[in-house]
Amino acid sequence: MMQREQKKKQALENSVCFLETKKMCVGYQKKVVLQDIGIGIGQGEILTIIGPNGAGKSTILKSIAGQLKLLGGTVYLEKEDLTKMSGEELSKRMAVVFTQKLKGELMTCEDVVATGRYPYTGRMGILSEKDHEAVAEAMELVDVTPIRDQAFECISDGQRQRVMLARAICQEPQIIILDEPTSFLDIRYKLEFLSVLQKLKEQKKLTVIMSLHELELAERISDKILCVDGRDVVRLGTPEEIFRSGYMKELFGIRTGNYDEENGVVELAPPKGEPKVFVIAGGGEGRSIFRKLQRKQIPFATGILYENDLDYPVAKALAAQTVSAKAFEPVENEAVRQAKKLIDTCEKVICNKEVFGTFEKANEALLLYAKEQGKADDRIR
Amino acid sequence: MKNKKKAGYPAAFLLLATGVILLLLLNISIGSIAISLKEIERALLYGEGEETVLAIIMDIRFPRSIAALILGGALALSGYLLQTFFHNPIAGPFVLGISSGAKMTVALAMVFLMGRDVAVSSLVLILAAFAGAMLSMSFVLLMLKRVDSMAMLVVSGVMIGYICSAVTELVVTFAEDADIVNLHNWSRGSFSGMSWENVRVMTVVTMLTFFAVFLLSKPLSAYRLGEAYARNMGVNIRRLRVLIVILSGVLSACIVAFAGPISFVGIAVPHLMKKLLKTAEPIFMIPACFLGGSIFCMFCDLLARTVFSPTELSISTVTAIFGAPVVLWVITERRQRE
Repeated sequence: MMQREQKKKQALENSVCFLETKKMCVGYQKKVVLQDIGIGIGQGEILTIIGPNGAGKSTILKSIAGQLKLLGGTVYLEKEDLTKMSGEELSKRMAVVFTQKLKGELMTCEDVVATGRYPYTGRMGILSEKDHEAVAEAMELVDVTPIRDQAFECISDGQRQRVMLARAICQEPQIIILDEPTSFLDIRYKLEFLSVLQKLKEQKKLTVIMSLHELELAERISDKILCVDGRDVVRLGTPEEIFRSGYMKELFGIRTGNYDEENGVVELAPPKGEPKVFVIAGGGEGRSIFRKLQRKQIPFATGILYENDLDYPVAKALAAQTVSAKAFEPVENEAVRQAKKLIDTCEKVICNKEVFGTFEKANEALLLYAKEQGKADDRIR
Repeated sequence: MKNKKKAGYPAAFLLLATGVILLLLLNISIGSIAISLKEIERALLYGEGEETVLAIIMDIRFPRSIAALILGGALALSGYLLQTFFHNPIAGPFVLGISSGAKMTVALAMVFLMGRDVAVSSLVLILAAFAGAMLSMSFVLLMLKRVDSMAMLVVSGVMIGYICSAVTELVVTFAEDADIVNLHNWSRGSFSGMSWENVRVMTVVTMLTFFAVFLLSKPLSAYRLGEAYARNMGVNIRRLRVLIVILSGVLSACIVAFAGPISFVGIAVPHLMKKLLKTAEPIFMIPACFLGGSIFCMFCDLLARTVFSPTELSISTVTAIFGAPVVLWVITERRQRE
């Protein structure tokens, strides 16, 4: 397994890449944060760095952007050494959006966007007609044209982030580097922001390197994902390779709660103790009950769930015990017996269902069994 | 809106230029002997006029006014550079102890050279002042390397200012009588007693520096957005920082060498200009600060000369009265916005 990882890493490094790092070592002054980083991405790809707080995501981004001196190794852009490139040339090829606020004293949003044209203006920095067009186009693309005359210091975080993106776009770079660009955005703007990146990638073959905290979004948008955990670059691969069962828990050292890679679902820690309630679930109707019980901190058991049921991952994360059955197979008697035993020990049985499907006969029987014992209830108290 | 904003610039500059010319004329005209506009015109354009009037204009008031014009501009410009450099609205050559550092070295040079009967030329004074300015600046930068905050900047500036002033006092106390009069007047800040040689040197130095600063307006405009962004825009940050320090040092040195330390102009004028222009773009701010500084200093010098005539006030007394409220206003306004 390890060897295969190693081989894959090697293969990625060796393939002809638009941007690649070789044995890159990053950190502040003399203090090494991460070393031996080998990233390679093709033109028009999106690479996302994920990892816990303080793992060195920003450090990597700043180092690639030339904001931090490399402590070792090299970064190549189309086989050219980035560190040997002049600031002016680099500025025409790479744009940045950092978490650090841009100081835009007395500037309108349009003024801020226009600063992206800096590498293209002359000695005195006066904008030409073409520059104005590029500014207008970039603002249109991220939908900030309506606020172009507003003061940059007085707009919301979400707007500011989009203005910063427009600024980076009109710099006409080949690569754009973004440090946690969606952190201050609400969900609507998060989605819009990432959609713009996707659009740029499609239309302009823009290469994107960024860090994200939203794992589910990282999984959706990235072509490649780099995982860092503070000591090492642990993995580099496609989202499918990275989002394997249990890996996020390991990468982030999650101790309470659960992240379900397959479904991108986050759950809080399950209630502790022996199950007091048995939930007859299935078809996605159990999830809300599970979460309600979690909020009330009532430990519960549930069943009988097919392993491909919508309720199943949530049950796995929250239930003290889950009785399950193989998908597309009839429920085995053993499972029914187990479920009944759990009902015996529980004080109450909750079931929201009134009608059961043909393949839910087992659960219908369970409900009858509970009713006989006088434990059936359709509410949580 | 964009166009409206741009249309405002020529008007603002016209206003400033008019102000400079008006105050220049007022400065020449007003004094213990009033001189009419006609006499000024004759004297300046044709070199004609009554002998005493001509002497007053050409030997006293005109060079003094030009000095206030040039040095006032230099002062405001150096304040603007320092504010940009430190990303700090109350930075200025006086607050940061740069003026005091320059004052100290100039005093040392004067006493040392005069004691040996060596004539002190304008250039030597500027060089001495420049060394002192750099001394204070390095101290402040060193302190900032340890603790980087707005408070630290001001505290270390004020402290080095006190230390340098103490040394200057010491030098003046033990200097010989003849020098003391000279030093004492100068160390409080004054535009009086400017010779044409002084004026020539300060004009050349200031104009060259002004031109250099103006050529830096593009990188400066990137720098003020924050260093990370400036670097991404291809600005060589290290080189720019060194240039800003040197240019602002030259300007401060030039002022101190000829007029002594002058307070508040460096802080107040850039803010007034930002309010006037409603922009902070260096390409507009640099000339505006220069003109604004000229107006401010000529106005203050006029008051310093005339209000309690024949007693003359030190220039800093007047600049403080008008400049300090501006500083307070700037700080409170910033707080409110945050």
